[in-house]
Amino acid sequence: MTAAKITARDVSVYYGEKQALESVSIDIATEHVTAFIGPSGCGKSTFLRCFNRMNDTIIGARCTGRIELDGEDIYGAEMDVVQLRARVGMVFQKPNPFPKSIYENVAYGPRIHGLAMDKTELDRIVELALTRAGLWDEVKDRLSESGTSLSGGQQQRLCIARAIAVDPEVILMDEPCSALDPIATAKIEDLINQLRGRYAIVIVTHNMQQAARVSQRTAFFHLGKLIEFGETSELFTNPRAEKTKDYITGRYG
Amino acid sequence: MSASATLVLIVGLGLIAWASARARAFALAPQGRNRPRPAEQGWYAALWTAIPALLIVGVWAWSKPFFVRNDVLNHPAAQDLPSEAIDRAAVLSEARDLANGAIDAAFNPLAETLAMPWVAAEQKYALVGLILAIATAVGGGAFGMLRLKPGFRAGPRVERFALMIAAAASLIAIVTTAGIVLSLVVESMRFFALVSPVEFLFGTTWAPETSAAGTAAGSYGATPLFWGTVFIGAIIAMLVAVPLGLMSAIYLTQYAKPKIRAWIKPLLEVLAGVPTVVYGYFAALTVAPAVRDIAAAVGVTSASSESALAAGVVMGVMIVPFVSSMADDALTAVPRAMRDGALALGSTTSETIRQVLLPAALPGVVGGVLLAVSRAIGETMIVVMAAGLAANLTLNPLASVTTVTAQIVQLLTGDQEFESAKTLAAFALGLVLFVVTLGLNMAALSLVKAYREAYE
Repeated sequence: MTAAKITARDVSVYYGEKQALESVSIDIATEHVTAFIGPSGCGKSTFLRCFNRMNDTIIGARCTGRIELDGEDIYGAEMDVVQLRARVGMVFQKPNPFPKSIYENVAYGPRIHGLAMDKTELDRIVELALTRAGLWDEVKDRLSESGTSLSGGQQQRLCIARAIAVDPEVILMDEPCSALDPIATAKIEDLINQLRGRYAIVIVTHNMQQAARVSQRTAFFHLGKLIEFGETSELFTNPRAEKTKDYITGRYG
Repeated sequence: MSASATLVLIVGLGLIAWASARARAFALAPQGRNRPRPAEQGWYAALWTAIPALLIVGVWAWSKPFFVRNDVLNHPAAQDLPSEAIDRAAVLSEARDLANGAIDAAFNPLAETLAMPWVAAEQKYALVGLILAIATAVGGGAFGMLRLKPGFRAGPRVERFALMIAAAASLIAIVTTAGIVLSLVVESMRFFALVSPVEFLFGTTWAPETSAAGTAAGSYGATPLFWGTVFIGAIIAMLVAVPLGLMSAIYLTQYAKPKIRAWIKPLLEVLAGVPTVVYGYFAALTVAPAVRDIAAAVGVTSASSESALAAGVVMGVMIVPFVSSMADDALTAVPRAMRDGALALGSTTSETIRQVLLPAALPGVVGGVLLAVSRAIGETMIVVMAAGLAANLTLNPLASVTTVTAQIVQLLTGDQEFESAKTLAAFALGLVLFVVTLGLNMAALSLVKAYREAYE
């Protein structure tokens, strides 16, 4: 096992007075897809949003403990949140393409981070990102159409391409399929399998089958606590904790 | 008995009907599902008592004078009335004023003679009216009460009446608007019979002169007015209001902490509540002289003490809260996911605003600006007080210009005959203003509506 990409130690998150996450420690490895599962309100999305400091945008949110990305404290004074988010990309629950063309959606990140020297290079980055997101063949003839004109599943893959285009090290996915139909969901899951190894991927999901299909390691959260974390195959077939067992057998959640 | 006493009486009868119908509901079916709802029964009877009676009172108030007048004319003394219609009317109105106690003595002795019959007729028909009203109230009430039986559903009928009242109320607003438009159009037609529309719309000299009824004197080229209106309301005011309003909306929606927002937003809205005449003072007494002095200090000698710049800037400030609140709405309507998406890609807050939020909110912002323009060009007090009345066709913001609204005020103030081209011109100007603001509002609303739908 290689060194962890992200290490979290004793991470707690508060929204105002309310504690959403209690002292969670976890290691995220590069070569794996890590799934966070658990019932609604268990803190899994909250925890995910700590990795790129998206909780900063929520008024009253506060995070304690230590999270390191390649050994750098991401809440440290040295850390530039803009740089952090370039390294840790995110895909949201609902597809949220910008009201711009397909091309501009993907080119947005490389532009603001100055990744391309000229138009040719930008074109290449856009094509590569769309190809990796499995969308290139579907949209190559209509790059100038609005991103919002695509179907829901295509929009979500566009958002993945948008995240890939800035060449991140980690991709966070916050229930990326919850707004999609089964066919589009299958495509996204295929895509996650293809992206594995190139990026450290963390996916939050409600869907246990999905976690079992796409991830190698799974973390089960309940009421703001990390109950169990381990190999996905192990966790689903032979859970150590009673709560995990109840959840994966459908007793609650 | 006076009209107000009659009204009180009818309302009193209605109350009695309400109370007894309510009591009857309990009497008809003391309990159980079949019992009609007492409140509905009460209202049903009360409405049947009061509404027809009130209608009778209204109709009678309108028709009584005709009956009274007719009675007086049939009086033997009325034989001596002059045959000339205008003299006849004069005597009769004197008699009426004497009878009502509005005057103590009449110029015309015949009026004194007719005053007594007039009083008698008034009293007679007032009594007739009262009896009619009471009879209607009692009859209506009785009809309503008789219909109240177990199983009779009074509720829907009362509801239908409430609906009719509400519909009539909204109809009044629409009919009033239509009436205003009609009167504008009719008066404008009379103006355009005197002055050609081409001269009015495209002529460049505005110099109306007082003339006799049905004639036109001076020249009526309104282009300088239109230009002045656009220059002040759509250009200078917007140069002030759009950046200020947009930036304050950006600050309030994107940067300000909730506590600060809770303070600043109401303060900004106070600006919108200041009467425009106060802005007018401010423009005329503070800003306009300051503009002139500053212009003089930098060597511009021709600066007028009433300038387009002063009026436009103050009007812009007045419009700021308006633009700000429209832009605020537009920015808030952009889904949070859009903002999160941009931030998660590593955009700074200002990049997110410039490259994602503003483009997404643009239709809403443009709609807001159009509405602001339509308000600005219809604004009157500031321009009357600070922009001057000289109809100059100029690009110089330091010169005095005049606007459509300021000229309307100018044309209609003072004792004027409403027949000459000079006063009729005000209606033509009003019509142009109305058509333009209507167009702007419609364009703005459709933009804003399309924008809202895009994010729902």
